[in-house]
Amino acid sequence: MLKALTIDPGKCTGCKQCEMACSYVNEGEFNVSKSRIRVFDFHEEARFVPYTCTQCDEAWCQQACPVNAITTNEMGVKIVHDNLCVGCKVCTIACPFGTVNYNASTGKVMKCDLCGGDPACASACPTDAITFQDIEQTGFDKMKVWATKTTAGTEPTGPNAPA
Amino acid sequence: MGWTGKVLRIDLSNGTSKSEPLNMEWADKYLGQRGLASKYLVEEVDPKADPLGPENKLIMATGPLTGTCASTGGRYSVITKGPLTGAIACSNSGGYFGAELKFAGWDMVIFEGQSPKPVYVTIFDDDVQLRDASDIWGKSVWDADKYIKSTHQDQMIHVAAIGVAGENEVLYSCVVNDLHRAAGRSGVGAVMGNKNIKAVAVRGTGGVKVKDFKAFMDATNAGKKVLKDNAVTGEGLPAYGTQVLMNVINEAGAMPTRNGADVQFEGAGDISAEAMAEPRRTDGKPNLLTNQACFGCTIACGRISKVDETHFTIQNKPEYWHASGGLEYEAAWALGSATGTNDLEALTYVNFICNEQGIDPISFGATVGAAMELYETGVIDDKVTGGIELKFGSAEALVQCVELTGKAEGFGKELGMGSKRLTEKYGKPELSMTVKGQEFPAYDPRGIQGMGLTYATSNRGACHLRSYTVASEILGIPEKTDPLETDGKAGLVKAFQDATAAVDSSGLCVFTTFAWTLEDIAPQVDAACEGNWSVDKLLEAGERIWNMERIFNNQAGFTAADDNLPQRLLKDAAKTGPAEGLVAGLDKMLPEYYELRGWTQEGVPTNETLERLAV
Repeated sequence: MLKALTIDPGKCTGCKQCEMACSYVNEGEFNVSKSRIRVFDFHEEARFVPYTCTQCDEAWCQQACPVNAITTNEMGVKIVHDNLCVGCKVCTIACPFGTVNYNASTGKVMKCDLCGGDPACASACPTDAITFQDIEQTGFDKMKVWATKTTAGTEPTGPNAPA
Repeated sequence: MGWTGKVLRIDLSNGTSKSEPLNMEWADKYLGQRGLASKYLVEEVDPKADPLGPENKLIMATGPLTGTCASTGGRYSVITKGPLTGAIACSNSGGYFGAELKFAGWDMVIFEGQSPKPVYVTIFDDDVQLRDASDIWGKSVWDADKYIKSTHQDQMIHVAAIGVAGENEVLYSCVVNDLHRAAGRSGVGAVMGNKNIKAVAVRGTGGVKVKDFKAFMDATNAGKKVLKDNAVTGEGLPAYGTQVLMNVINEAGAMPTRNGADVQFEGAGDISAEAMAEPRRTDGKPNLLTNQACFGCTIACGRISKVDETHFTIQNKPEYWHASGGLEYEAAWALGSATGTNDLEALTYVNFICNEQGIDPISFGATVGAAMELYETGVIDDKVTGGIELKFGSAEALVQCVELTGKAEGFGKELGMGSKRLTEKYGKPELSMTVKGQEFPAYDPRGIQGMGLTYATSNRGACHLRSYTVASEILGIPEKTDPLETDGKAGLVKAFQDATAAVDSSGLCVFTTFAWTLEDIAPQVDAACEGNWSVDKLLEAGERIWNMERIFNNQAGFTAADDNLPQRLLKDAAKTGPAEGLVAGLDKMLPEYYELRGWTQEGVPTNETLERLAV
C-alpha cells in the first residue's frame, strides 16, 4: 500500500518537533534550517501550517533536473541522488510549491524523501497534525467531518425501514 | 555537548564583539542559562552597580537543552541586575528566539557598556553587527519585528526587542521575543533600553549536537510520553492554558483582589479560561482562537486571542483587529483581579499593549491596583492622575493607564516607577504589594501559606516561579500539602527553589514539572551533556545557584529584613473563603527556612554551606 504524509494544519501548535525530527534523521543533528518540512506561523490569523513535498506523480523537479539526479522509487517518492546532483538549483525554481531547497553545507538540493517509508515528522508530531496514511484515503478524515454534519442516516429509509 | 561552547561578548561602548570559549568548569557547576549566566554576572558585575548604568551587564543565555528536541527545549533567559529591585534578575522566556540563538552557534550573549546611540544587533551565525536603530527607536516591539525581517529580507529571523517602555526605562519593562513571549519581570527591558539596544535579531543555520543521540532520543521520548499522559500537561494546559487556575485559585481563597484587600474576586468567572472559550454575546465568537506551543513544546499552553472588534478599546483601531498573544493566568489576574476589573475584552487588549510596548503585565496591573487604592482613599486625585477616574473595576481607567505607561506620559510616568516608589511618593508605602520592590503575583499567601515564604525569599523579588508550591498546596503535585498550614513549608519551599533553579538552567520550561520530576529530567540532561548529570547533581547545582544569587543580593545591600511581606498580608486576616481569619504566617516559616538553607538567622550563608556547595 502506498502511503502519503497528510497534514491537518488545524491541529498544529507550531512546536516544530517535526522540523527537529526531520533534521535529526537527515543531518544527524537538531537543525531546523535544514529541515525538509517547515511550519509557517501566520500569527495574526492564529494559524500554523506545516508544509513539505507532496511527491508529485509527474514531478516538475524531476523533469527539470538536467543530470537526472532525481528519480522515483517504488513508493512514488522523488529521491535526490547527491552523487549526481550538481547543485544547479533548477529544480528549486521548477517546483511550484518551493519544497525543494538548496543546502549550502553540502552544495546539493534537499527535499523530503519520506525517510525511506517511516517519516520522522509524523512520528514526532504530538498532536497528529502530521500523519502517514494510505495514499488513496488522505481525504477520509475530512470527508468524515462533513459526513458528520449531514443528517444522512438518522432516519432509516432502506428496505427494512418501518412503514 | 548540548552546549555550543561559545559565548558572544558585545562591547556596546566601543561597538565591537568577540567570541569566547564557554567556561566549561563553570558549566559543570552551574549547567547553563539562569545558573551559568548568573555566574558570569556575579563574577563581572559589582553588586553595588547602578542597574541603569554602563557598569551593569545584560546576558541573554540558553541552556544545554535549548534547541534540542526535548519537550519545551526552547527557553532562554535574560540575566542582569534588575532596576525594579536592585537584586539579581533572571527572566525566562519561550517562543523561538532562544533556540535560534543556539542554532546561530551561541550559548549566551553578554552585552556590556552602553551604546552611544540606539542600535539593533544582528546575529546571523558568526556575523555580528551593531546597526543604526534610528528608524525603529520610538516604535513598538511589533513594528521593530516587522522592520527587521523586511530590511534583511528574511522571515526566519527571530527578534527579541524592547518597546517604548524599555526605551523610557519603565522599571518593569520587559524584553519581548517573537511578538508575544516575554522575559517579563524585574525590568530587564529597562536595562536593554539603558544600553540603547532596541532589538536583537537572530538567525542560525547551524545545528545543535548532544553527547549521546540514541540515549537522548530515548530519554526525551519517555519524557514526552509522561507529559502527554499527565492530566495537567496533557489535557488542562493545552485546553485552558495557565488560565485553568483562575477559578481554582479563587475558590481556594487565594486570589489577591483590589490590591490585596480581598482574597476572592467576584468577577473571576468572567475572566477565566472558561469565559475565554465561550462565544461572546456581541459577535458570537470566542475570545480564544487557538493554543500555541513555544519551540519544541509538546504541552502548548500558549493562548492566541482576538479582541471583539466592536469593543470600546479597539472599535476605532483596526490595527488591533487581529489575533495575538492572549491572557495567561498571571496577566488575567494582575490586569483583572488586582484592579477589580472583569472586562475580558479590555484585559485582552491591555495585554496586547503590554506585549507591544514591552510592559510586564504583573507589575503593571498590581501597580494600577495600588494607584486605585490611593485614588479611592483620597490620597491622590484627578489632578495627580491627569483626569483618569482611577476607580477599582474601571476598564476605561486601566486602558488609559496602559496607553500612558509605556510612553511615560502624564500619570503613566508615575505608574512606570512601580508600586513601591509610587506609594512611597504619596506617603503610603504599606499599600505596595511588593517584596524587594517587585509586585507579587496571583497567589495570596493568606490562602496558600507556602507562597508567602516563596515571595519573601525569592532572589528576584516577589515571584511565583522561583518555588511554585501552589503545585503541592493546591494541585497535589508531587504530593498534597495543606495550603493553610505553615508546618513543613520551609522544607517544601527550599526543595522547590533548588529543583526550579536546575530546571531554569537546563533550557526546559518549568511547566514540565507539573508532570516531570528531576527523575525525568536528569536522563535528558545527562544524555545531552558531559558530566554525569544525576538527580543529586542537578539538585546540588540548584542549591549552589540559589546561594550564589543570595550572596550577590546580600552584597548589593539586602538583608534578612528584606525577606518580608507587605504588612497587609501579615496583619489583615483574609475576609472570606477557606482562609478566612488567617494571615500569612511568615514568622513561623522563615527561621526554619534559614536553618535548612544553612544560613545564619541574619540570612547569610555560613562558611560551611559555601564550602559544601563550592559556590
